[in-house]
Amino acid sequence: MRLKKKHAPYVFISPFFILFFIFGAFPILFSLYLSFFRWDGMTAMRFAGLGNYRFVLTDPWFWQSIYNTLSIAIMTTIPQHVFAIGFAFILHRGMVKFKEFFRTAYFLPYITAPVAVAMIFTTLFGSPFGILNAALSGLLSLPLIGDLLQLLNISYPIRWLGDPNFIRPSVAALLTWRFTGWNIIIYYAGLQKIPKGLYEAASIDGASTRQTFFKITLPLLRPIMFFAMLMSIIGNMQIFDEPIILLGVMGGTNRAGLTTAMYLYQTAFGWTEFGTGSAIAYILCFFIVTASIIFNKYFRREI
Amino acid sequence: MLKRKGVSVLLVMAVLGVLIFSASASVLAQDEQVTITVGTWADESFEEAVALFNEKYPNIKVELQLAAINDHHDNLLTRLAAGGEVPDVAYLEDQYISTLAARGGFVDLSQPPYNGDEYKDELVGYPFAQATTEDGELVAMPTDVAPGTIFYRHDRLQELGVNIEDIKTFEDWIEVGKKFMASGENRWLIGDVANIYTMMINGSSTDRYFNEEGELVVNSERFLKAMKTAKEIRDMGLDAGISEWTNEWYTVLREGQVLMQPSGAWLGGHLKEWIAPETDGKWRVTSFPKGYDGPWGGSFAGIPKSSDNKEAAWKFIKFMSTNKEVQWKNFEIANMFPAVESLYYKDAFEEKLDFYGGQKARLVWKETIMNIPEINTSKHDSMISDIMWTSLGEVLEGTKAPKQALEDAERLILRRIRR
Repeated sequence: MRLKKKHAPYVFISPFFILFFIFGAFPILFSLYLSFFRWDGMTAMRFAGLGNYRFVLTDPWFWQSIYNTLSIAIMTTIPQHVFAIGFAFILHRGMVKFKEFFRTAYFLPYITAPVAVAMIFTTLFGSPFGILNAALSGLLSLPLIGDLLQLLNISYPIRWLGDPNFIRPSVAALLTWRFTGWNIIIYYAGLQKIPKGLYEAASIDGASTRQTFFKITLPLLRPIMFFAMLMSIIGNMQIFDEPIILLGVMGGTNRAGLTTAMYLYQTAFGWTEFGTGSAIAYILCFFIVTASIIFNKYFRREI
Repeated sequence: MLKRKGVSVLLVMAVLGVLIFSASASVLAQDEQVTITVGTWADESFEEAVALFNEKYPNIKVELQLAAINDHHDNLLTRLAAGGEVPDVAYLEDQYISTLAARGGFVDLSQPPYNGDEYKDELVGYPFAQATTEDGELVAMPTDVAPGTIFYRHDRLQELGVNIEDIKTFEDWIEVGKKFMASGENRWLIGDVANIYTMMINGSSTDRYFNEEGELVVNSERFLKAMKTAKEIRDMGLDAGISEWTNEWYTVLREGQVLMQPSGAWLGGHLKEWIAPETDGKWRVTSFPKGYDGPWGGSFAGIPKSSDNKEAAWKFIKFMSTNKEVQWKNFEIANMFPAVESLYYKDAFEEKLDFYGGQKARLVWKETIMNIPEINTSKHDSMISDIMWTSLGEVLEGTKAPKQALEDAERLILRRIRR
């Protein structure tokens, strides 16, 4: 039995689609279906109509998780992109030696396993014996640092992962460390596309590096920025791995680090309320889509 | 042509012959080899236990599915939900009974042909209450118990000149904690003050979160006292703010920077084996203050309803729960406290344990087990625990006053369970 030429392409692409339907499309659609029911995974499903959605939208913990997610997202996205564009520009322009080494070094955090990252950062952020606190105790002997802490009403040792005021910045710091490299690679690739001739012309006209950067590089980098930022928005609203390993599934003290994805997970798998979990998932999805659309409109209009 | 036909005829006859032979062989093998799958978390004594089981029941082959404790329970939930391959025997830690077993997915072992209730006298009584749902179904049998106990550093107490006999209440512990803290740098009464809260809640009443009538009792004196005491201890700086099972926790246990650590008796095994083996002889155990003796863990085994080998599974569970030899072996090797009461009268219980400087620690634990009340549990326990836990966090951080935190917790819980 020979494969007809007509059918061959479909057969070749079918493995991907089969897997996609089973592990991608089906769960997405089933989850939507499930969000209108109440199900604990073991007993029969009970129809609940919009009950799950109503419950989630009036749940104070859900709104707290949205606040947490957004605040962590903002705290990490802005530094990520600022650093990434800056570093990519510096690397691209050849202002430092050992370009390859730096590129690899910056990308390494992105490909490290989340669990390894979390273990190291737990040691870093540990209280009272963590590395940061140890470094801080050394610095405390210097007059200025001690006064600064007192001014800000911070007591040593700092409970990076225990004090609700520090939890979100700590998580944001970890995420910045982790994902800046990814953005550097994207921006670096984008920078390659800018014609060298423009830089040459600019330098002949006597433009400084700063002027070149703001007047030539940034505007031409726009499409890449749009892509990278959109990916960041979508990704950062679904943060799950890092906070859950650092803080535990309920997001630490006062639920300060409870992101929406974690809340979803605990509702579905910890409390076996799969219907409610699915409702949270779809509401989050709605927020992400809305954010993407708004971002899209805003960014395009600027051009 | 004939030759080819002859060969194919021979082949057909050979195949038929093999089929008939194997069919008759399986008919002859009437001793019915059954295989059951047992899902549990890694424990050192299991291989031995299975060997003992097979001595009595050679026809039941046991396939162990071991996983780390968190993974085991996560997987179990997924498999039960998917309705696919569930193990015939599923082990459950006490806190997971409410989530996994109390919702109708497990066989009611109090019914015939199992009649698990018959063993209530042989085994310790209170775990039966933990494994019985609100509808009276016994969804799992206890396989080991975990008496709550306080591990304290005897050498530190000696340095302070304090005798353990004088420490009888929580206030006494606070007093000695203050002394300890003043005696040097980096010294605390306890690693995580949340343990104090747990101590005061676990065994202080036959109600866990609901009373006999099914009413929520979290907004009550018992919880208020627990939260207030925990806050007091936090405010005095007596706790190190360290969570269990972190590197910091191991350090303070090793270095003797915390005076006491409440936990289940099973922690002793971990301390001795890998957390702080060099502290051999420096620890002693004592019970919780009077009236607070409660459980701190405990394993159970049940049969998911979709299992195909319920009879064989029951034989396994019955064996692991009630057979004196295997219960004793598990205790010797892995410190899993027996559920069979008569074993508590063995001479070995009087043994002086080196790790506790020659203290007859097992007698302390036996005393505790006898004092543990039968606690009402409910299928909402896991969710309520999470809510109470974060409420405690809010109280400790000073975000809310204890009374306010309890009222808010009550409101949140009622909102969720009324759905």
